[in-house]
Amino acid sequence: MNISSAKKPSARFEPWEDPNEKPLVRFKNVTKRFGSFTAIDDISLDIYEREFFALLGPSGCGKTTMMRMLAGFETPSEGIISLGEDDIGTVPPYKRPVNMMFQSYALFPHMTVEANIAFGLKQDKWPKNLIQERVEEMLSLVQLRKFAKRKPHQLSGGQRQRVALARSLAKKPKLLLLDEPLGALDKKLREQTQFELMDIQEKLGMTFVIVTHDQEEAMTVASRIAVMDDGKIMQVATPEVIYEYPNSRYVADFIGDVNIIEGQLGNRTEEGVKLSWAEGQPEIAIANNTSRSENENACFAIRPEKVHVSREEPVDADNRIRGQIDDIAYIGNLSTYYVRLSNGMIFKAQESNRRRLANREFTWEDQVWLSWRNTAGVLLD
Amino acid sequence: MSGRFTWFNTTSLTLGFVFLYLPILILVFFSFNESRLVTVWAGFSTKWYVELFKDEAFLDAALVTLRVALLSATMATILGTLAAVVMVRAGRFRGRTLFSGMIYAPLVMPEVITGLSLLLLFVAMGIDRGFWTITMAHITFSMCYAAVVVSSRMVTFDNSLEEAATDLGCTPFQAFIKVTLPIMAPAIISAWLLSFTLSLDDLVIASFTSGPGATTLPMKIYSQVRLGVTPKINALSTILILIVTMGVITASILTKRAEAQRKADERMAEA
Repeated sequence: MNISSAKKPSARFEPWEDPNEKPLVRFKNVTKRFGSFTAIDDISLDIYEREFFALLGPSGCGKTTMMRMLAGFETPSEGIISLGEDDIGTVPPYKRPVNMMFQSYALFPHMTVEANIAFGLKQDKWPKNLIQERVEEMLSLVQLRKFAKRKPHQLSGGQRQRVALARSLAKKPKLLLLDEPLGALDKKLREQTQFELMDIQEKLGMTFVIVTHDQEEAMTVASRIAVMDDGKIMQVATPEVIYEYPNSRYVADFIGDVNIIEGQLGNRTEEGVKLSWAEGQPEIAIANNTSRSENENACFAIRPEKVHVSREEPVDADNRIRGQIDDIAYIGNLSTYYVRLSNGMIFKAQESNRRRLANREFTWEDQVWLSWRNTAGVLLD
Repeated sequence: MSGRFTWFNTTSLTLGFVFLYLPILILVFFSFNESRLVTVWAGFSTKWYVELFKDEAFLDAALVTLRVALLSATMATILGTLAAVVMVRAGRFRGRTLFSGMIYAPLVMPEVITGLSLLLLFVAMGIDRGFWTITMAHITFSMCYAAVVVSSRMVTFDNSLEEAATDLGCTPFQAFIKVTLPIMAPAIISAWLLSFTLSLDDLVIASFTSGPGATTLPMKIYSQVRLGVTPKINALSTILILIVTMGVITASILTKRAEAQRKADERMAEA
């Protein structure tokens, strides 16, 4: 696949592509049941050292259970979870080299910031001077040196979040788990903190696993994302692949916005394959990026921002459909046009608003052309 | 804000307070009476206080009461806390409703019945009644109060705090000692104070379960009053009122300070 990584254009970090690389964490056919309810259904998954791995899914999909099994708060009903060479399935939390940052931060309210960070080190019986040193180091890392003597309730939400991070990093865990770490912060602070998290992860060279339901957050911070639904992993891939090449309707729909068209594949030509999908509508040309056989039912997915809206017929476009603007969602930088096709289907197309609103080209009820290249979309099951 | 102290409001307030505090004021007032009679004023004196401290029987009773209260409050708090932990933490199990119901039931049980049933139990088991039976009886009933106080705080306790402690290397027991207990401390202290006061107060259950040689202060006062009230009782009551009042004032000052501290802290956090 020809995808340019947005994150690290030079030395690319892709241990999952290297068959000789040993994973740090390995789930092998793991199932977790609570009574008759199956929270995790036969999952196998590898996470590599120095990855920033995201478990993404709606609430109740089992992502938190996965994390709690890594932390040791739950034990798998079946299967093996290993960390390095060790099977950690039934090792209690206090004996694992894994630390967790809790969604509620779980700072000890009766202890100062310093004491919170030192808690795990004291528990491990580090010598006093080393504890002091490590606490200082952690406080500088999260830029809270001035706040060492304060109690958690004397801090703002963002500061508490950083204390929680410092405390979970203090013991130099082999694996750091972050449970919705930025959920309680407002949008601006959350975006800023995402970059701080990435910086810290890179600086320390640690392995992070983050659980989140916020797809933007996962896309921003993660090296790879596992999209989960109903106790199963739907797809594991880099954010780029997840977005551009979703492997299922569920993933395409869950991440971002998408138009989905159901139809039947026609004959394969050199240029690709055509999908016929509705009476009186032109067939959709799709470049040859699929191994699907001919005359099969299929789903075509295309992101709204890959669809161009124009008044004139774009004669050199691979695909073009005529429709009428039904609705416009204006969100400032972007406008999403809801275009009604002649068969009644609503097609979403997104354009960035390079011009001021007053000079806008289209308005409600306008007849427009929708067009896209044959490489712009993907075929799904 | 005019009209807050209208004629009607002032009168009802005064009547209310008179109704509440006049008996107590009279009691305190006559404890300083020179005369032997509690209803006739004959001049100021502190001689009844001196008498009181010379009376061996009263001092003995006070000592017994104190020992019973200290011991039973401590035991009741420990047992009540454990019960609260089970009730809040255990989630759903068979008989949970029955269990929690049974913890709360003695709160509404008439004291006479509790006392009587305990007496019958001790007799049936052939236990000599005295200091230990009173203590056990007090543990039994004040434990329920302790459990209620602690569990009401326990439900707001964030379980992830304990998980965080185990995540950082504590065994579950260490996590309970190092994190849960300190955070629960205010509730546990108030449970102890409540149990202590209840034990100090109790007349009915103590009368049923005491034996020769173990008379608590309320029992002593009650039996003395039957023989006629002397200002000595007034003196004793005044001392008790003083102790209780001081306790209440200290407690409210402490909570007020904690509140002010918390508010100041929050302002600091926002700055």
